[in-house]
Amino acid sequence: MVRWLLSGDYPRGLALNLGIAAIVLALLFAPFLFPGTRALNTAATICIFIVLVASYDLLLGYTGIVSFAHTMFYGIGAYGVAILLQRYGASWGAVFAGLGFGLAVSVLLAFVIGLFSLRVKAIFFAMVTLAVASAFAILASQLSGLTGGEDGLTYRVPRMLTPAFRLMDEQLLGVTMNGRIIAYYLVFVVSAVAFLVMMRIVNSPFGRVLASIRENAFRAEALGVRTVVYRSLASCLAAGFATLAGALMALWLRYTGPDVTLSFTIMVDILLMVVIGGMGTMYGAIVGAAAFILAQNYLKDLMGHMAEATAGIPVLPDLLHPDRWLLWLGLLFILSVYFFPTGIVGRLRKSRQA
Amino acid sequence: MQGDAALATEGLTIRFGGHVAVNNVTCSFRPGTLTAIVGPNGAGKTTYFNLISGQLRASAGRVLLNGRDVTREGAAARTQAGIGRAFQLTNLFPELSVRENIRLAVQARHRRGLNLLSMAESHGDLIAEADGYLEAVSMAHRADATVALLPHGDQRKLEVGLLLALEPEVMMFDEPTAGMSVDEVPVILDLIARIRAEGKRTVLLVEHKMDVVRSLADRIVVLHNGYLVADGDPAEVIASPIVQEAYLGVGASQHV
Repeated sequence: MVRWLLSGDYPRGLALNLGIAAIVLALLFAPFLFPGTRALNTAATICIFIVLVASYDLLLGYTGIVSFAHTMFYGIGAYGVAILLQRYGASWGAVFAGLGFGLAVSVLLAFVIGLFSLRVKAIFFAMVTLAVASAFAILASQLSGLTGGEDGLTYRVPRMLTPAFRLMDEQLLGVTMNGRIIAYYLVFVVSAVAFLVMMRIVNSPFGRVLASIRENAFRAEALGVRTVVYRSLASCLAAGFATLAGALMALWLRYTGPDVTLSFTIMVDILLMVVIGGMGTMYGAIVGAAAFILAQNYLKDLMGHMAEATAGIPVLPDLLHPDRWLLWLGLLFILSVYFFPTGIVGRLRKSRQA
Repeated sequence: MQGDAALATEGLTIRFGGHVAVNNVTCSFRPGTLTAIVGPNGAGKTTYFNLISGQLRASAGRVLLNGRDVTREGAAARTQAGIGRAFQLTNLFPELSVRENIRLAVQARHRRGLNLLSMAESHGDLIAEADGYLEAVSMAHRADATVALLPHGDQRKLEVGLLLALEPEVMMFDEPTAGMSVDEVPVILDLIARIRAEGKRTVLLVEHKMDVVRSLADRIVVLHNGYLVADGDPAEVIASPIVQEAYLGVGASQHV
């Protein structure tokens, strides 16, 4: 059963098993373990980013394709749901129609980009994705009638997912069972299923072919593999999962704007999460997303406490001032890339065998 | 002669700028035979191979597989059609295991690569087949090793194993024993001799060692500066003045 769920791809290594289990259990019981809006928001963001990062790793780590258009597909999913919810009111029909519409647009776009540019050099593909993604971001901010422009869209989600909805009157383990809890578990379950499906894909015959293309596309061709077909398909799949992540984010945030979906900052964040977690390992997405988003959300607080604790001592409180959090975040990344070039997961699981 | 050829090239030519690496080579290969292609370095042997297996596109001329023109097809399509190729410079999937390298070739032949939702490990038949080819190139004991960490000779054996796993109608070996240690060479030569004895495949072999060529080949084709300069029975070709001059050069006859 576990083997079937994980597609025979275990974390491997005691530290990794424990770490992954801890993160998954923390996310599973997040509403009860870490009550409060902010904590729940962080947990939901981690869930969604695990899907987003894993789908990017499908391209970067497994197939060896560098794309800068991943946030575009993420944005298409978010805007698809947002636009339909805003226009046609808070119904599940609008959510599914938005997701379906987003998926269709994303997969079509990914296919067209792939068809035109995956045959040629990798750098050319990367540049094309960058250009298309930039054009799309500008388009989204210009078509303000449809997308709300720079302000984005605020909309209502199905009532079942709102704080006003009560699942039961009593509290459970001290937590009010309102629609936000349902929304969180919707995000959690969909993310978990999407992650497990991606695990299956990378461990399938198809996934193995992707790995062979990453290793040596020339030789893969000589084995009779039409690499452009596989690359295009991988690109479409990754786009589809990113779209799903975007739709989940739109549902969770009840707001969609260029800064939370299409911005290049998010693209860089995704890249960092893949690299920190470990390229070419699905578990890397879990570790990378959890570590990065926790740091992003709580490093500031931690530094505030440390600055207070070191008050009196010269220089240190200034260095630890919460405003310097980006400096420390940057330092943490440099150190982690330097010491774990294969990512945290790559470091903890040594797979090469002589 | 063209009619019953498994593989044929007609006026095959490729130009790189002003340099003509393969020049108007017309040659056909009968099914079940082993043809050695010899010639000095830079004669165009590997380029000729690349033109046949599709890594390079011809500037002029045609490649025919069982009479069908495959000149416009890419490498993948030609492999699927039955032209298999082992490379002179080792060309493997370095970060994957030995078994996985072979398994990928078997999987490609069975065209199961587009299966997204089953576990690769559950296709036991492919793994079992792959293990058979590992035995054939005496690499079974290294099945789980990562290819990048293997000694050069083992990588060469794996290179041949990949070609076997494709079970192609036409097998092209490009200096299969280059860089192998003395005790590893017989493994591969015996294998090629067995393939020839079975008579089911059309084998093309680029090889420098003349004793190997003499014992294995049904026929020798000599390339020189991109031209086909001699073609025929091994003993005759080796003895012909043009080969003595063009390929073996002065003072090399004792090597023969």
